[in-house]
Amino acid sequence: MIELHNIYKSFEDKDVLKDINTTFQTGKTNLIIGQSGSGKTVLMKCIVGLLQPTSGEILYDGRDFVRMSKKERMLLRREMGMIFQSAALFDSMTVLENVMFPLDMFSSMTLSERKQRACQCLDRVNLIEAQKKYPDEISGGMQKRVAIARAIALNPKYLFCDEPNSGLDPKTSLVIDALIHDITQEYQMTTIINTHDMNSVMGIGESIIFIKEGREEWVGDKTQVMTSTCQPLIDFIFASDLLRKAREANLKI
Amino acid sequence: MTPLQPIQTFGRYIQLMGKVFSWPERFRMYLKQYVKEMYQLGVDSILIVLLISFFIGAVICIQMKVNIQSPWMPRFTTGYTTREILLLEFSSSIMCLILAGKVGSNIASEIGTMRVTQQIDALEIMGVNSASFLILPKIAALVTMIPVLVSFSIFAGLGGAYAISYAGILTPEDLTYGLQHGFNEWYVWMSFIKSFVFAYIIASVSAFYGYTVEGGSVEVGKASTDSVVHCSMLILFADIFLTQILS
Repeated sequence: MIELHNIYKSFEDKDVLKDINTTFQTGKTNLIIGQSGSGKTVLMKCIVGLLQPTSGEILYDGRDFVRMSKKERMLLRREMGMIFQSAALFDSMTVLENVMFPLDMFSSMTLSERKQRACQCLDRVNLIEAQKKYPDEISGGMQKRVAIARAIALNPKYLFCDEPNSGLDPKTSLVIDALIHDITQEYQMTTIINTHDMNSVMGIGESIIFIKEGREEWVGDKTQVMTSTCQPLIDFIFASDLLRKAREANLKI
Repeated sequence: MTPLQPIQTFGRYIQLMGKVFSWPERFRMYLKQYVKEMYQLGVDSILIVLLISFFIGAVICIQMKVNIQSPWMPRFTTGYTTREILLLEFSSSIMCLILAGKVGSNIASEIGTMRVTQQIDALEIMGVNSASFLILPKIAALVTMIPVLVSFSIFAGLGGAYAISYAGILTPEDLTYGLQHGFNEWYVWMSFIKSFVFAYIIASVSAFYGYTVEGGSVEVGKASTDSVVHCSMLILFADIFLTQILS
């Protein structure tokens, strides 16, 4: 479980995050949604420690991430996995080497055990046949799946996904969403996904926080999204493709 | 550019070096990187070093013969001056200036691209000291390989001079005599010591510019250019001090 208490973040005189208070539950896919520029990427970066919040507390199962020492932070980060918008695979390494990298770095397994674990992870994302290829030889969707395999290699407690469907076609997006959702339940992780894709919201949004202009506007789950009376959220939905689907389903907005 | 900017940049460089020179988390992985970098930065540069040194050695020999040699000068002068130029300046300083262009831009653009494609962020999230993991093996590899490149450069330069002598500009015997005349072994060591310092400058300064890139491909290109310019300036600057101290 990850708890955020009174998170503020400013860049010079511009307030990007204002008083964010929320809890991300274990074993659930927690979504942070909002339009581009709403502050969701900054929030994600604060949560994982790539940015330091101006004030506030971030608790990882009770451990205060903001105030812990550098060494404690490093150790906690080994419990995290992250899938970046661009997949961020190491382009000088093969797919298998990419997945083995965290194991090579931090596990005490033998080489054959590490290879076996990396193959297991690749098999889990149905990419075992691509293990000898380099990232630039595989498609964007496959790169995201390799990033998922790399993220789960060390059995992380926390999984972070920054716009995992960015640049993917709708069908591949559904595959990635389903994979992240299944893996979250399988490994009982605390998963946080940054997205503005309403298909993801309606598909895997077990817990949702909607952010507008750096402020937390609405909290709920996918069953409550379409019946919400929060005007900024309604505007956000209106701006998305989901409006058409909602009309088709005769949902009252 | 404000007057404080160079001081700020130097401060950031020192901070980065503080992160770079920390104890490796997993020595095996650093060793693997170190061997890979030795190949990429050192072995891959051998051909260009040989090629440039051979031709420059030949040109130095011709210039010395044409401009210095006269009936009033001993016949070994051409060989003697060619050796001194190669040992004292060309194979250490000028070769490192050339390597600042080839290796420095390579390091800056590689690390810069890793920065803009979030690969460095990915390392940080995994709990890896990205600065140390990416930069330390490069510094160690280039410092290890530089004496090899300097030696290759010296021998290729002498090879060029011999090629010219066999072409009939001067006799090989005179060249050999000149090369051996008044040989001071310290000059070879001086060349190596200078090149160690220059190798550190090339690897660390280029890595700094790559690591601190913010933005996209345009900024990576700019970082690559900046790294070459600053490495060259620092090498020339350091050359003055080292020559004064070591001579």
